[in-house]
Amino acid sequence: MNQTTLQKSVKKPAKKAEAPAGRKAAVTLKEHIVEIISDSGEGAQKCGQSLGAIAAQMGNGIWTTEIIPAEIRPPARSVAGASGNRIRIGSGYITNGGDETDMVVAFNEQVLLGRVRAKELKPDCIILLEDMWRTHADPKIVASYVETHDKLVAAGYRVYEIPMERECRTMVADPRRGKNMYALGMLCYIYSLELKLAVDQIILAFGKKDQSVVDSNIMLLEAGHKWAAANLDFCYRIPATRATEPQIVVNGNTALALGVLSSGMEICAMYPITPATSASHYLSEVFEKVGGMVHQAEDEIAACAFAIGASYAGKCTVTITSGPGYSLKQEAIGLAVMGEIPLVVVNVQRGGPSTGQPTKMEQGDLMTAIFGSHGDAPKVVMAPGTIEECFYSVITARKIAETFNMVVVVLTDAGLATSQQPFPRPVFNETWMAPPIDQSAVPAGARPYDWDEDTGLARRFIPGQPGGMHTLTGLAHDRDSHVAYDAEINEQTLRFRSLKLAALQKTLKAPTVFGDAKGDLLMVGWGSTKGAIEEAVEMLRAEGKKVSSLHLQFLQPLAPGIKEILQGFKKVMTIESNWSDRPEDKIIDESNRRYSSMAILLRSRFLIDIDCFSEVKGQPIKPGTIRRVMLEKLNK
Amino acid sequence: MNMMSDMNSAHACLLQMTDEHFELEDYQSGVPRWCTGCGDNAILAAVQRLCRDENLRPEKTVFVSGIGCSSRFPHYMKTYGFHGIHGRALPVAEGVKMSRPDLTVFVNTGDGDCTSIGAAHWIHAIRYNMNLTVFLHDNQIYGLTKKQASPTSPIGTKSNTTPRGSYLEALNPLTVTLGVQNVSFVAQAADWIPEVLFDIVKAAYHHRGLSFVRIIQRCPEWLPKALDPWMHDPSKVQLLNHANGLQLSAGLSRVYKNQFEHDPSNIDRAREIASNTDIIPVGILYKNPAVPCYEDLRLSDKLRTPDLTRAGLNAELDKYTVWPQGAEQKVA
Repeated sequence: MNQTTLQKSVKKPAKKAEAPAGRKAAVTLKEHIVEIISDSGEGAQKCGQSLGAIAAQMGNGIWTTEIIPAEIRPPARSVAGASGNRIRIGSGYITNGGDETDMVVAFNEQVLLGRVRAKELKPDCIILLEDMWRTHADPKIVASYVETHDKLVAAGYRVYEIPMERECRTMVADPRRGKNMYALGMLCYIYSLELKLAVDQIILAFGKKDQSVVDSNIMLLEAGHKWAAANLDFCYRIPATRATEPQIVVNGNTALALGVLSSGMEICAMYPITPATSASHYLSEVFEKVGGMVHQAEDEIAACAFAIGASYAGKCTVTITSGPGYSLKQEAIGLAVMGEIPLVVVNVQRGGPSTGQPTKMEQGDLMTAIFGSHGDAPKVVMAPGTIEECFYSVITARKIAETFNMVVVVLTDAGLATSQQPFPRPVFNETWMAPPIDQSAVPAGARPYDWDEDTGLARRFIPGQPGGMHTLTGLAHDRDSHVAYDAEINEQTLRFRSLKLAALQKTLKAPTVFGDAKGDLLMVGWGSTKGAIEEAVEMLRAEGKKVSSLHLQFLQPLAPGIKEILQGFKKVMTIESNWSDRPEDKIIDESNRRYSSMAILLRSRFLIDIDCFSEVKGQPIKPGTIRRVMLEKLNK
Repeated sequence: MNMMSDMNSAHACLLQMTDEHFELEDYQSGVPRWCTGCGDNAILAAVQRLCRDENLRPEKTVFVSGIGCSSRFPHYMKTYGFHGIHGRALPVAEGVKMSRPDLTVFVNTGDGDCTSIGAAHWIHAIRYNMNLTVFLHDNQIYGLTKKQASPTSPIGTKSNTTPRGSYLEALNPLTVTLGVQNVSFVAQAADWIPEVLFDIVKAAYHHRGLSFVRIIQRCPEWLPKALDPWMHDPSKVQLLNHANGLQLSAGLSRVYKNQFEHDPSNIDRAREIASNTDIIPVGILYKNPAVPCYEDLRLSDKLRTPDLTRAGLNAELDKYTVWPQGAEQKVA
């Protein structure tokens, strides 16, 4: 983007580390994407998180993405075993992970190779490579390192060999513990970040440990900073605007868990499944402080059944899972729909189908969320689009569930779950919380399902309410909750449960268009693609293109006013991370092309010929990709 | 003046609660649609009698069931009921109890519902040992779906899916239950000995923990003669008595002479007894009031107020907050 002209002016690295007098003048950048990668357990993630926090303190926009290997302990120095963080630091507000990486700090050349092969680095990416392998005892390792190093240089990457191990060894006995802090110090120099903020961050991060650990890390931090100042011939400054309001920096799963905590729910039932579990882990730590509890059930079905039993008898409960667990819960979800029991189900989507790719991002469960349970089981489906929305959507979901006596499915994904972005610190509001449950005697003559003829809504009797005794059943039932043997009754109740969705739809506002209300192309998305789509739209609008985007938060029911928005554009296209067949494939034509999920929904409802673009590579779709797709669509 | 009248009405309310008595009719909701002679009717009678004797408030009592003839039970009780999905009665009941420990929760499940599709939940329910009373209505057949062999059908049972006889030895629900960690109460009853059935139901209700009661019942529709050998020959039923278990009446003892004094605190002996299938043991096999209940381990005594949530949320947010420079690091 804008940096290419700037980078050309940076000199090639000197062969020997001569200490230049004074500091190089910092080059001003609008943004930069840096990765810190290592073997599992070497602390690259901690380094990345700290860098993100420091940048946020400075007032930069940041978006952090985790780089996660598939195994718990992958072999050391393996291509697939890269562990770390990728941080996008910017002057303005950053809404997504961005395009390819500008700079990598790599603790060995194998994990670096992994990133190269995945085409994650910009062509002239700066590589800061740990050089201990050049003089390693094992000649095979030396050979591998030298070969890789030379190939990277030949390919045009700007490779700097950094003696992190050697330098750290002069200060600590075990460089493996602390090299990441040395790297952090280097990065603070490179980005002209205030060292004091980094020191504060270390105290915060390691405060619970021995003072000697804190001191050692500060020493390494300062040493890394000093080395970089003396030996690197480049440094940057990304101007920042200090925030005037407090912000929090958390990932999507933590935000979700904080939302559960704030919503007044008291029970979360779950079963371990990647990538949902970290939300439950966090909740397991903190929920009891506010009188809540996390129940790990014996399986996914039990978790959902437990949540349903708890919701039935008291306050609305939540169950958190991912794709495979969501499949298992279908029958129980149908029971909650039939019995009209409030329930929040969170699905942190992952690569599918089947076991798929547990740590990768995908948006494959939209249709399952809407239609998964057998029979007609209308339920609410919503999807947060940002980290901040992960917090608030759970609170909204609980309110909807209890007001309408419905199941509300909240769809996030592995990308949102593990990415971090600062957002304004939430201010607690009592109205977020569920009120105490009604235990008063039910009015004389009131019936368990007094369905309103127009909206399908009915109050429910909660166990403990005198006079309200009835047996809830998954069988077709009448207003007294008696099993319905009459043919008419089942259809009537299908009608009521369907009407409730329309009743909710009536309360929703039309979504807002990002960009102008009319134009040549409208991109429609849902879930975690929001930031990248809007960035692509901004880029093209700056180039004079008449494009806009629309991001849907409610997927069932769809908000009103969408058709009018769609009709304002010559072309409409969805962009999603779930599969659609490519028109250019040999055997694909209009009679058999499978469209992606949201495209199917919008096409069928609005009878507009909406196209779709799919990329299902296991990671967030890049703004650069979206821009390219949009240009192609504009030019067709 | 106002305070006095408030107190009077509060007292009146209390007095009314303690004075309130419930009759059997107060627990009856409709005429059961089970077949004539179905053992479920006997269980219903025993349970309604228990509710009356214990003066259980109908609105504070919940029956949770799965799917099957057994699981129609809640519909015939004028309490709250939850007729759920096949095999999942136990986790639903656990959720009910965790959310509302103040409610009295019973579970009705059948041999298919509990030991086939619900087997995983059965094992773990015993581990959790929540204060629930679980009735396994075991008629050794799938009744509602019209005669398929179940895990507890004796080997050779002819059914619609096993027309030449079932292939496997029957699963023994007693030995399975007694084999699970944390088991705290296991009893076996027979629907044709109503007096003992009632005593067991009562003891199960009074036990604090997961009370597992297997009730061997006759299915008059699909297996009308399967239990004849035991029903017609009292010596094939061994009644377990003990000061710490059941005390049997003189009248009963005259008919059921095969009795055995078994201390329910002895789990090894209980497992031996449980293994008998030719002679059916009836009574309390095991009882241990000292096993902790999962809800006691998990529920907090904190008053769940908005203030508590506000304080908790702010404490957590403080860990992740980036404060503007110079800002006072304190949030209301």
